[in-house]
Order: sequence, then structure tokens, then C-alpha cells
Amino acid sequence: MKTLLMTMLCAGAVWAQGLTYERILNPDREPGNWLTYSGNYAGHRHSPLTEIHEGNVNKLKVAWVYQTNSLQKFETTPIVVDGIIYISEPPSNAAAIDARTGRALWRYRRQLPDDLRVCCGQVNRGVAVLGNLVYLGTLDGHLLALDARTGAIRWDTVVADYKLGYSITVAPLAVRDKIVIGVAGGEYGARGFLDAYHAQTGKQAWRFWTVPGPGEPGNETWKGDSWKVGAADTWVTGAFDPETNLIYWGTGNPGPDWNGDVRLGDNLYSDSLIAVDADRGKLKWYFQFTPHDVHDWDATEVPVLVDELVRGEKRKLLLFPNRNAFYYVLDRVTGKFLLGKEYAKQTWTKGLDDNGRPIRIEGTTPTLQGVKVWPSVAGANNWYSPAYSPVTGLFYVAVRDSGSVYYTGEAVYKPGERFDGGGYRAIPGEEEQGFIRAYKPASGEVAWEYKLHSAPWSGVLSTAGNLVFGATNEGQIFALNAKTGAPLWRFQATSLLVRSNPITYAVDGKQYLAMALGNSLYAFALE
Amino acid sequence: MVMWILFQAPPTTELPRVDKNPYTSAEDLALGQKLYNGRCAGCHGLTGDGGKGANLAVRDLPRAGTDVALYRIVRYGIPETEMPATLMASREVWQISAFVRSLGSSSNEAVKGNVARGEQVVGAKGGCLQCHAIAMKGGRLGPALTDIGGKRSPGHLRSKILEPALEITETFRVATVTTKAGKKISGVRLNEDPFSIQIRDFSDEIHSFFKEQLASVQVERRTTMPSYKGRLSEAEIEDVVAYLLTLRGTVQ
Ligand code: HEC
Ligand code: HEC
Repeated sequence: MKTLLMTMLCAGAVWAQGLTYERILNPDREPGNWLTYSGNYAGHRHSPLTEIHEGNVNKLKVAWVYQTNSLQKFETTPIVVDGIIYISEPPSNAAAIDARTGRALWRYRRQLPDDLRVCCGQVNRGVAVLGNLVYLGTLDGHLLALDARTGAIRWDTVVADYKLGYSITVAPLAVRDKIVIGVAGGEYGARGFLDAYHAQTGKQAWRFWTVPGPGEPGNETWKGDSWKVGAADTWVTGAFDPETNLIYWGTGNPGPDWNGDVRLGDNLYSDSLIAVDADRGKLKWYFQFTPHDVHDWDATEVPVLVDELVRGEKRKLLLFPNRNAFYYVLDRVTGKFLLGKEYAKQTWTKGLDDNGRPIRIEGTTPTLQGVKVWPSVAGANNWYSPAYSPVTGLFYVAVRDSGSVYYTGEAVYKPGERFDGGGYRAIPGEEEQGFIRAYKPASGEVAWEYKLHSAPWSGVLSTAGNLVFGATNEGQIFALNAKTGAPLWRFQATSLLVRSNPITYAVDGKQYLAMALGNSLYAFALE
Repeated sequence: MVMWILFQAPPTTELPRVDKNPYTSAEDLALGQKLYNGRCAGCHGLTGDGGKGANLAVRDLPRAGTDVALYRIVRYGIPETEMPATLMASREVWQISAFVRSLGSSSNEAVKGNVARGEQVVGAKGGCLQCHAIAMKGGRLGPALTDIGGKRSPGHLRSKILEPALEITETFRVATVTTKAGKKISGVRLNEDPFSIQIRDFSDEIHSFFKEQLASVQVERRTTMPSYKGRLSEAEIEDVVAYLLTLRGTVQ
């Protein structure tokens, strides 16, 4: 007994560091790991690993499968640190899995209340890891820190009251010594914010309200008291640039979704990209893509940071193919609008003006009888991730091309009840189109496209093996040639929904491709 | 939290369509008690306040505030804990639930210890945090105690401290593997199957081995938790129990 205790105590210092911020800042130094939601802070979802490449990808085989016991959509992006995979599982659970065998090392199960308010499924998109802790947001509005080695709860902080319609589905982002996290609740009038918590204690470090309160700039863009229930939630993980020290995060639809009459004005900062200072959460700049949105076009896509030549000058850019069917390029230092280009069918604007503000077409506002508008309510893009390859210099996006019939309805706010003011349906007879497209980042020019059978709901991954991986609604995972878009490999994985993003990692020098497909996490490798 | 090796909850959680327990007559209660004695008392004790299950002899069940919540727990268990799901008919689940509610008014064992002194013993003299985590503090050799107060009865906690070997948690077994090269690694076994084993060593490093790489695998059938009989006074043990019962998670 004594010797056991001694061994234990002496060794205590070894694990002390865990995953440091320094390591997260430099993911290229450890290409076998996948340290953040998008693989790096810039949102690239790209891996330098090359063991699997265009010449051998057709030999990929299933290495193992880890099945969850939920039939809810399994949207997680795995985090991989030194041979251990950390995932969230629906509804608000987490697990650590041995990356080599697929065997569970621990599981955390959260008991949730029966009266949750979630618009779109009991989902969670992943965890963050920092130090020796794993961070998980829950549908009942908590942020948890779990021991990375055991899954035991270390701290548990209430971020927001689920009874008011808040929930957390987003994967948190670890930045320095803080955990940045957003909320969902856009269909419940849950006033949005972006929060940061001290990683060690769970104490709040800052909050930025995405709907400004009285006396704050932007509050005048909401008629009367409508700001109080203005939504603009923050349910998709953003990006971070250590040089500008800014966190870039997309915001959701204004509430109520389809009835704008009760919230006249531009409704800042809904459907916007906000750039806030990482230390204090102060707004540096914002860009609103869809002022006074009445179609539920959340700007909750993953912002992608690249440095590219624009008119002969190297600039720090932010790429944002938006749900509203425009492909935006912004200067990420100043927020200046540089490009806005239609990249899927749209019928709601005549185009954008010089500042990127849409010039609306009359008659596209939802009505009681319904009005046909492109893009659809799910938009030309959605929460799933794009990828940027510094090797090909191309930007890969899963694009949706479709429209909806939009309806307006009554919007009376009652705390914790649905507050969407209307609805939508598919356009009868319309076939939704879907593509994987490769864009030249700065110009939005299409380099190639690969046509899908239906409008996609999963993201893409690019690798230095000249590959782009993605998945179909029909249950397949596939690989394309990153330079040409030529299909190279596919695997039929599930008859359930696929709603996630692929990643890749290596353990013992062997590369794996991993993705949540149906209700299972799959790992593929060469034999 | 980590008993997943033993129990898997069924994937569906269909809930009853009523808000209130429809089976609460004297006859229902009597039938419920019979079912309870056979299926629940082994863990929760005949009067709800003994054994390794949560204390059910309390006025307000922390996780079963409403009838539907109680129904759900009895029907589907609490995933990843020893609290199992059942395949009983829904009427029987209601009848057991009615009986469980009636336990709330039965006499409950008074815990006399002093919470503040108990906390001190756990942190200092008892050395419990060397192996157990409580919120941000503590080690990983045994299960976290952060919410132990909601899980176990006072009797069970007392007996665990006095005679830890009496009933051992299935997880947290110590395993020693020897590689074919002769290297030995010991630690807490996290998972095992015919082909592989996963271990967290005493410096908290996690290892995974395919068994074909190994010369031997030994898993100990004893607990590393020392007995505190004679090491802590009776009064100190009562204090520790009183403190442990206050541990109900760490929501801030
Ligand atoms: C194998 C042991 C075991 C059996 C059998 C068992 N339980 Fe449990 N029960 C537990 C444990 C352990 C907990 C605490 C779980 C935890 O939170 O970790 C628990 C928790 C509970 C709770 C939650 C109390 C609260 O609000 O915190 C209820 C209610 C309950 N059990 C009722 C029952 C009923 C009714 C039966 C019989 C149908 C039963 N249990 C059978 C072990 C058992
Ligand atoms: C050398 C390590 C060690 C020390 C010191 C230790 N324990 Fe434990 N304890 C364990 C291990 C390992 C287990 C799990 C295996 C088992 O059930 O015995 C455990 C189990 C327990 C359990 C049961 C947990 C459950 O889920 O039912 C309780 C309660 C407990 N310990 C309390 C204490 C207290 C109180 C102290 C200090 C007075 C203490 N332990 C000191 C290693 C330790």
C-alpha cells in the first residue's frame, strides 16, 4: 500500500501540463493530433498528414467503430490528443476513446431535465480540451469541465437558464486560459451572447451580448423592447487569430425568425460576424450580412482565416460563405467588406452595394399565404465546416442550392416558449441541389465542383495527401482529389442521418480518418 | 459514472402520457412493495436507507422531483451508474414508484457527524484526496466523490471506510501488464477485452496495448482503498460520513 501511494505521489508532476495553449497555437508541430474543433484556430480543417494520399485512398478500410446508444443526430467533431479521442455524444454526454482500438476509456453521462427547449434535435458538436480538462456544453445550459483522465466532473457552471429557451450545442473553444462558449435558442427569443470562462475555475471572465442593451450602440436597431428577445445566438464555433488577438464568431437569426414587424430595424448584431477582443470580450468590429433578416439565415457558419493577395497586396482575410447565398471576403483586421459574390441561387436581392449591404427585392418577405424565396431556410451553407488547404490554395465548401416557401405568423413572446413567428416548407417539386465546391479564396471563383445527390449536411476535411473528404445525406463517406474533384473512394456507413465533420489523426505512426456517421464514430485506416 | 462496463441503458426513453402516478391505491402500494423487495431492496435496503443505492427514505428525491422523473429513473435506470433499467410493465413501474414515494415518510437514520470536521479529515488525516477527486482537488486512483452524497446511503459509506474490501466497485481494479520486452506497467484498468487492455498508470498516463504485444496481464481482485478501522476514531468516521453526504455535485 505504502509503495503504491509513494509511486503515485512522486509521479504526480508528470501529467501536470496536459494540453497547453502553446501546443494548440502550433498544431502543425504535432500533425498526428487534432487539437481544436477546426484543427487550428484559423478554421482550416486541414491536415498535413500524407500517409493516406490520392494514390492509396482507395485501400481505406474500417479500423474500428464506436457506437453510441442514442438515435439523435451525432454531430461531434472529435478532438485527438496523444492517442486519445475526446467526443461529445448526444444529448449532452462525453467520452474518451482509445484512438488505436476504439475502446472507451471513460464516459460521462449527464442527466437532463425533461423540459428542455431545443429547436432542432438534442445535439452537441464537440468538446474542447485544455490542460487536463475536457470542456462540454450541455442542453440544459451548463458548461462542464471534466477530468481528461477520468471523466469526473471538476467544475460545473451555469451559463444560461434553459427554461428561458437557452441550450448549448456548440463545441467550446479554448483560447489561452479561457474557454469561449456560445448559446443556442434563436427560436425561443433567447437573447444571445458570447461568453468566456476561466479554464481552471469556471468563473466567468467576460460576456459579450450579441444584442446590445439600452444605451449601447446598436440598441436603436431594435424597435421598442424587441431587443430583449432578439436572439442572435452563437451556436457554431468560431475562429481566433493570435496576432489580432480577436475571436471571430458568427451570430444567428434575429428573433422571431419569420416575423420582422415586431422588431423593425437592422437588428444588430444578428446574422453578423463579430470580432471581439480575446482578453476582455470587447467588440472590435462587426459585419452584418443580413440586416433585418426574415428568413432565418443565421450567420452561424465557420469563419475561415487566410492570408492572400488582394489586388497585389497580402491581406489578412476572413472567408465566409453565408447561409444567405453570398460568399463574403472581409478584411479581418478592420472588418472591411472586400467581396460578396452570389454562390447559390438567390432571389431576395438585386445584389450587394459597395459596403456589402444587400439591395432587397420587394415581395420576398414571408406572408400568410407563403412566398417562394431562394435560398432555402437551411441556406446555401450551414453550421457544418468548410476546409482550406494551404497546399492547393483552395477553399472547399459543401454548398446547398434550394429554396423554401416562407410563412409569417403571430409572434407573442412567452418565456421558454417557441417564438419564431412563422414557418416554411419545401418548394413543391423542387429538387434540392448539393455540391462540394473548390473556390479560389480571395475571388470566390470556382476551381472545380463535385455534384452530390442532395443538399449536404456534413462538412469537409482537406489533407496534404491531395484529398478532400466529405459525406453524403445517403450515408456515405467519400474522398475526392483536392486539385480536380475527381472521386477516389467511398464507403457506405449508415442508413441513419449523417450530420458531422471529418477529421484525421495519427497514432503509432499510422494515419486514421475519423467521422461520426449515423450514431457511430468510424475510424478508417490503410491495412 | 464509469460503470458502463456493467450496464447499458436502452436507447429509447419513451415517457408516460400522464403527469401523476395513476396507481397509488393501498393495493398498488402493497404490490409495489413486493416488487421493490425483490428488485430494489438489495441495493436500497428494505426501508430505502441502506445499501449501496441512493437513500430513498427522504422527503424529496433530488433527481425524482416529479412522478414522471421517478418513473423514468425506475424504468430506464440512471445510465452509467449501477442503477439499472427494468423490463417491468409500466403499471408495475408505477406501483414501485408509489411505494418508493411512501418511503419518504419512513424513519430515516440520523447522521450525527460534524460536516466541517469531516471535510478536514478527508483533506488531511484521512488522505482521501490522494486517491479521490472532489471538484478541482484530488487524485485519480479511486472514483471521484464529487457527488457521492446523492448516490450512497450513510450505512454504505460507513462500511466502505471501515471495511473497503466488503464490496468493491467493479472499476478501479489495479492491473499490471508485462510487455514481451519485459517492461512492467501498473495502473488502474480502464477497459479490457480479449484483444486489448487500457490502463491509466500511477502518473496518470494512459496506455493501450494489444494483448499480442504482452507477455502477461494481471488484474488484482482487491481494492487499493485502505481500511480506516483503528486509523480514524469512530467520531471522525461519523464526521467523514456526514461530510460525504453533503457532496452533491459542483454547480456554480
Ligand atoms: C444494483 C444496485 C441497484 C438496484 C438493484 C436498484 N438501484 Fe436504484 N440506485 C442505485 C444507485 C447506485 C443509485 C445512485 C446512482 C448514482 O447517481 O450514481 C440509485 C438511484 C436511485 C434513485 C434516484 C434517487 C435520487 O433521486 O437521487 C431512485 C429513485 C432509485 N434508485 C430507485 C430504485 C428502484 C425503485 C429500484 C428497483 C426497481 C432500484 N432503484 C434498484 C442502485 C440500485
Ligand atoms: C490508496 C487510495 C485510496 C485512499 C487513500 C482512499 N480510497 Fe476510497 N477508494 C479507493 C478505490 C480504488 C476505490 C474504488 C474501488 C473500491 O470500491 O474499493 C475507493 C472507493 C471508495 C468509496 C466508494 C465509492 C462509491 O462509488 O461507492 C468511497 C465512499 C471511498 N472510497 C471513500 C474514501 C474516503 C472517505 C477515504 C479517506 C478516509 C478514502 N476513500 C481513501 C481508493 C482509496
